[in-house]
This record gives sequence, structure tokens and C-alpha cells, in this order.
Amino acid sequence: MRKVRVSRKVRENLIGYSFISIWIIGLLVFMIYPLLMSIYYSFSDVRILGTGISVEFHGFTNFTNLFKLEEGFVFIELLISFVKELVLQVPIIIIFSVLIAVLLNQKIKGRGFFRSIFFLPVIIASGPVISELISQGAGGANVFETYGFIQIIEQSLNPQIAEPIINVFSQIIIIFWFSGVQILIFLAGLQKVDGQIYEAAKVDGAGAWETFWKITLPTLRNLIFVNFIYTIVLLSTFSDNIVIQSIKSNMFNQRPGTGYGFATAMSWVYFLVIMTLIGIVVIIFRPSDMKTKRGRR
Amino acid sequence: MNKFKKLFKSRIGELSTFSKVVIYTLLISIGFVYLYPILFMISNSMKSQQDLINPMVNWIPMNLYFGNYEKAFKVLNYFPTLFESMLITVLPALIQTAVTSFIGYGFAKYDFKFKKTLFVLVLMTFVIPVQVYMIPRYVMFFEFNLLENPLAIILPALFGQGLNSAIFILIFYQFFRMIPKSINEAAEIDGAGPYYIFFKINVPLAVPAFITSFLFSLVWYFNETYIASLFLGAKYSNLQFKLASFVSEFEAMYSSEQLIMINEGIRLAATLLTILPMLIVYFTIQRWFVEGVEKTGVTGE
Repeated sequence: MRKVRVSRKVRENLIGYSFISIWIIGLLVFMIYPLLMSIYYSFSDVRILGTGISVEFHGFTNFTNLFKLEEGFVFIELLISFVKELVLQVPIIIIFSVLIAVLLNQKIKGRGFFRSIFFLPVIIASGPVISELISQGAGGANVFETYGFIQIIEQSLNPQIAEPIINVFSQIIIIFWFSGVQILIFLAGLQKVDGQIYEAAKVDGAGAWETFWKITLPTLRNLIFVNFIYTIVLLSTFSDNIVIQSIKSNMFNQRPGTGYGFATAMSWVYFLVIMTLIGIVVIIFRPSDMKTKRGRR
Repeated sequence: MNKFKKLFKSRIGELSTFSKVVIYTLLISIGFVYLYPILFMISNSMKSQQDLINPMVNWIPMNLYFGNYEKAFKVLNYFPTLFESMLITVLPALIQTAVTSFIGYGFAKYDFKFKKTLFVLVLMTFVIPVQVYMIPRYVMFFEFNLLENPLAIILPALFGQGLNSAIFILIFYQFFRMIPKSINEAAEIDGAGPYYIFFKINVPLAVPAFITSFLFSLVWYFNETYIASLFLGAKYSNLQFKLASFVSEFEAMYSSEQLIMINEGIRLAATLLTILPMLIVYFTIQRWFVEGVEKTGVTGE
């Protein structure tokens, strides 16, 4: 048998594709196909019957039902309160993780110990564990209640704004718990900064405050962008999230007009909301080199 | 006077005593608040019913009481449940790590057509929420009779579409790119094939990336309950599901005994038992988690 001669370039293509082919199959079977079906389902009435699956196309009914059925109202209300809380939580998480990363980046003893403490929640934070902790009063609500903090907010703001703020503060510790990975990402970024820059700044008479704003923060710029997106994705897919729980419970709803199709329509609305938020983050925090080449992650 | 000055001013590159005190105070106090839920859990899970309602007992119980653990242990059916949890945690994590290393290597070392587009798609798969495509996946698994079967979790992992697979592909991509290309070229000249080069040369060099990825994958699979409960059903027992339905299971088990009531001590003991396996893993090899993030260069250049 004659050995087939191929050019180096073709060969490289073939080998490259052989390594990622399993991913391409996975992408088609577990991602692209379900996504296309998901679009179709959102315009259909989907039922799983004893005999099989029935899919009946019925136009925009699922989407209009969001504003007609009680389940739809509930979902939209949950979605709105989720977005309100997310808008508060994400900046809190980012600021907290920058703060902790800067503290951990100092030359002090016991850094490793503190670092492992701040990473610990990543190991244990699952939906059931978090909800147990919150329901048993370990979420930090009592810390703020004892200082009358919550009453002050309740009295001074209108209930529309006060409610999400109170919700956030009553579980503030658990919110901090979502910053484990972000702290490490910031810390890794800070450690790449040459220490001499800080020393030079000190020689020039810059204080800690100025150094933070003029050196530390600009070096973290791209990582802030990455962490914003990471945090939004993390919170929006967390098992205990009220919106995705509502989507799941609607899947198994037997009432006419609801069910799998209706739940899929909900998930698309949710998807668009999350993408809008990510889009806003991209516009605000886009890395400066993104215009010329694709942003790094 | 000079000594006093020294307290606030320091030589270049060092911290003054004052700023050290400030940093330690901040870290210790924030660290305490941060760990508050865990300390609260440990303390209350060791309190007897009397201690729980006694307002005088704050952090330290009057006497160590392990009755909560005993009951939680029984209700969780601990060791059999742990075994089943491991089945749907360790296996997908191992497969996910192996497969994503392969994919990440392909992206890192070879130039092929549409590579950039495909890589953007990898990142996209991370951002798209599962909720959008989980229902068709559910229907698909239903059609192939894979629901309530661990394969529903394992199959996506096998094809690089598991839990957070994109992050692992990215980790391996970054790591393999750091290994100089000249090593591969030298092996090629010696006549080694591409897969031989991957398995025999690159994999041994990437051990840190493998360990870190496996650990993260393990922890994430262990803690993920949303998709798992959808595809495996509530009947499948796993520590997290058992914890989620702990109250009703407890009542079912102790319904005949009027004297035993559920209290926060028992529930917190169950929570602690649930997180215990991962805590043990974390504290034995914690440096691989924390340093791994830096070493593998997830932060991206």
C-alpha cells in the first residue's frame, strides 16, 4: 500500500481536528441540537405522554401566556426581583474580592492560611447547604438586625428599593461566599505586577490610597471584566436561584398552556435578560484591546 | 520620637508596624465574619435541645452532645448515600478532566481552520445558561431512556459538554501553551506520532493542571444539584438531595417517636455531614486548589 502523502498544513489540520472532534460531536449533540429544539419548543405545546412525546406548534402562545397565566406573573415577578438583587450582589462581590485580594497580596505571615479560608466556601457552597444555612439563621441576618440596620433602611427608603437591599443584607455573608474564585483570580493578577512599580511609586511619595487607584486598579481592569461575567454566570446558574427553580417546576406543570414548551419560553426570556446584563458589562468594562482583537478571558 | 516614627514609616518594600496591625485586624475580623456560618454550624450541631433553647449558652455548649450527629447520620443513611454520591461525582470528574485535557491540547498545539471561531464557541458554552437547553436535553434523555441513569450526567462530560467544561478546556489550553513547542518538534523529528507525544510527553508535564482540574470538577459535580436532580430524579439518593429533603425524611423516620423533634442542631449536623467529604479533600490537599488557580494560569494572558 502506498503511503498517502499530505502536506504539512493538511496534516496539522487533521491532527488538530482529531483532538477536538469529540468536543465538536458534543457541541452538536448536547448544545446546538438542544438549542435549536429549544427554539422550536418555545413556540410549541410539548407534552411527555405515556406513548411518547407530542409537540404541537402553536406560535407565540407560550410567550403571551407569560402575561396571561398566573404562573407567568409569578415568573416575571421572580425574574424582576432576581435582577434587582443581582445588580446589587455582583458589584458587592467584585468590590469584596478586590479588597480581600489586595489584603492577601501584602507581605504578611499566614497569607496561605487566610487564602485557604477565603476559598473555603467554594468547596461547600451547594444549593441545599446554602439554603439550610440561611434557614437556620447562619446567613448573617441577625448580625445586621441587632444593630437596627434593617429598620433604618426600611423606614428611609421606599419599599420598592428597600426590599432588595434588605434581602441582600440579610444574607450578606452568603453573598460574600460567592467570591472565592474571584479573589484568587484577582490575587494571581496582582502577583504578576512587578513589586518595583510599587517601590518606585513610594519613592515618588505616593501613599497607599493613591497607589491603589493609580496602579492596582488599572492592572486589574481586565480581570474585573472577567470576574463580572464569571459572577453573573455563577449567580444565574446557582442551583438555589429562584428563577431557575421556577422554570424547573413549570416543566412538570400539567395545566393546559403550561408544561415543557411554556418553561422553555421562560428560559429564553431568562437567557435574554442575562445576556443583556452581560452586554451591559461588556460595554462598561470592555478591555481596552477588545476593539482590535478579541478579548481575553 | 524616632521609635514612634518607625511605627508609621517603613523602609521601601516593607510594611510599617502600623499597617501590619491594620491588615491583620481587617483579615481576622473579615475572616471571622466570613466563617461565621461554619462556626455557627459546628457550635449548634453539638448542642442538645436544652442548650439550644438556653439563652445563656452562646457559642460553647454546656457539654458536648453528639446525639444530633447520630440522628442525622441515620436519616441520611450516610455511607450508602455517600457511595452513590461518589458514583455521580468522581466518575464524571475523571472523565471530564481526561476529555477536556485532550480538547485543550488540540486547541493549544495545532493550527487548524476555524480554530478561532471554535474557540469562541467554547467560551460561549460557558456563558449560555443551562436552562435554555436543558429541557430538550431532558426530552432527549427521556427518548433514549437515560433518565434516572448516571449516564445522563456522564455522557455530556464524555463529550466535553459537562459541568463547566469550558473552564477546564481553558485551563488545559493555557497550560499546554506554556509548554515550549520545541519539545514537541524534537519528538516529532525522532519519529513520535502526535498521540504518543500527547500521552508520553505532554501529559506528564501537565500533572498540576490535571490535579487542579480534577479537584475543581469533583467539587463542582459534588455541589451541583439542579441538573442532577432533574436528570436523576429525586429517587436517586445523593447526599445533597438527602439534605434538601432532610426534614421530611426525618419526620418519616421518627414519626412514631413523639419525643424526638427535629431542631436546628440536627439539621446543622446533617449539613455538616454533607459537606464533610469535600472538607476532608480540601484540607488534605488544599494547596492544589489555591495554588492551582495561579499555576495553571486560568487568569489568562
